[in-house]
Amino acid sequence: MEWEVVIGLETHTQLQTKTKIFSGASTAFGSEPNTQACVVSLALPGVLPVLNQEAVKCAIKFGLAVNAEISPRSVFARKNYFYPDLPKGYQISQYELPVVGKGSMTIQVGSGEKAYEKTIRITRAHLEEDAGKSVHGAQEGMSGIDLNRAGTPLLEIVTEPDMRSAAEAVAYAKKLHDLVQWIGICDGNMQEGSFRCDVNVSVRPKGSEKLGTRREIKNLNSFKFMQQAIEFETRWQIETLEDGGTIQQATVLFNPDTGETRAMRSKEEANDYRYFPDPDLLPLAISESDISAVKAEMPELPEAMKARFEAQFGLAHYDANALTGSRATADYFVATVNAGSDAKLAANWVMGSISAKLNAEDKEISESPISSIALASLIKRIQDGTISNNAAKQVFEAMWTGEGDADQIIESKGLRQVSDTGAIEAIVDEVLAANALMVEEFKAGKEKAFNALVGQAMKASKGKANPAQVNEILKKKLGA
Amino acid sequence: MSLNSADIKRIAHLARIEVNDTEAEATLSKLTGILGLIEQMQAVDTTGIVPMSHSQDVTQRLREDVVTETNQRELFQSIAPSVEEGLYLVPKVIE
Repeated sequence: MEWEVVIGLETHTQLQTKTKIFSGASTAFGSEPNTQACVVSLALPGVLPVLNQEAVKCAIKFGLAVNAEISPRSVFARKNYFYPDLPKGYQISQYELPVVGKGSMTIQVGSGEKAYEKTIRITRAHLEEDAGKSVHGAQEGMSGIDLNRAGTPLLEIVTEPDMRSAAEAVAYAKKLHDLVQWIGICDGNMQEGSFRCDVNVSVRPKGSEKLGTRREIKNLNSFKFMQQAIEFETRWQIETLEDGGTIQQATVLFNPDTGETRAMRSKEEANDYRYFPDPDLLPLAISESDISAVKAEMPELPEAMKARFEAQFGLAHYDANALTGSRATADYFVATVNAGSDAKLAANWVMGSISAKLNAEDKEISESPISSIALASLIKRIQDGTISNNAAKQVFEAMWTGEGDADQIIESKGLRQVSDTGAIEAIVDEVLAANALMVEEFKAGKEKAFNALVGQAMKASKGKANPAQVNEILKKKLGA
Repeated sequence: MSLNSADIKRIAHLARIEVNDTEAEATLSKLTGILGLIEQMQAVDTTGIVPMSHSQDVTQRLREDVVTETNQRELFQSIAPSVEEGLYLVPKVIE
């Protein structure tokens, strides 16, 4: 039987606020344990939560970025459960009336010929508080509790079960990761847990409309692990069903060491969170004017920028898409163009040499040793005919390793292209004299002989002659 | 909707409240009374009425995103039963 996998994601993004969602305690990462745990974080009796306006703003930004409905009125609810890193005994979240409603996001899956676009529906996004952290092994038989993270604002973003492969799920997660950083609501740091995904996976016979029983893979904090976890889980579910078994709804964890998913020991009792509206918090009202104010602060969104790159610079859809993959890349490209580079050349260099080097060295574009201004200065030397494309590659390599700026390297390596007509004519004359046979062949109608003569002339100039000029002069001399 | 004493035990467990059998019986009759009241209220036609999430018709006031809390760890931990290296110690919770 042919099987189809159905995937939906729930992503917790830590919002980039200075303080917690319901108190004025700092959210800075990596501080000494419990130094940022105030009375609200500790849930001391009598304290009251007061909502952080910046967290609300972040939620509105996200809603706008995915064309979602932003609720004029949303409600905070208590999600009740007991765990030592949640001292109140409940998490403040949103249940029936989330701040962000239905939206959508278009993703690009795969690359090259097989690439395709797909729209993923966003079900909702809601504001909630993070829990603290448990540290094990501090003392035999004890767990240590650090409440610095307790109360950090989160936006939980939930999709419809619209993805049909691990590749689609990863493409969505990456796009979302780029988007939340683009609009500046989350730092995207996955090691520090600022962006964590729960992935719901189920399988069904291809063509079936009915969803299979799902298992939820919790807390994936790397795209590589997500890919591996979904692939393993999908295979496991299909094998289980083909062997005549059934899938039990469960929460599973991915073990990066074995590459396997495994169900967490089932709780004695199923979770029953007994949500109810939090009487400590009034409904959150968001007016049209609040939304317009946030809209005015929003950066140009990737979709809009993509369309602009195509229209303004004549870039291909694929290229415009790649350049708007992250805001850092887009900003780098725009800065290169603003520094005087031709847009198409800039696009080629950013997606070609720069991107290849960054990948090879596992660097972000912000860490590129060649700044956008420096890249533009190199491209300008190609545009004005100072160096050939081949020489430019050598200059690029030298710039990457910090040998100097483009002009210095061109001089020190003697890469300046010969564009002096007199000098090129002299070279061409020599070549013609030395290769009488090729000249005969060309005159007899062999087109290939022309290219061979160009090659000889380039070789004679040690690659420095301007190829366009060599072509032109050869043509003239051969009367072609 | 009617409850039985197993339901009472389960609700008590979820709330981490210990109830013995005698207490469970008493609680059962009280909760059943409350459910009866709710059933009575549910007979009212509420079509078109937005569910109320707060008793006052006001909305949430928002706070500026400014750090106002200072580190008072020593003070807070002075009343904790057990601490180590700044962590609150609790019985081991890992599964």
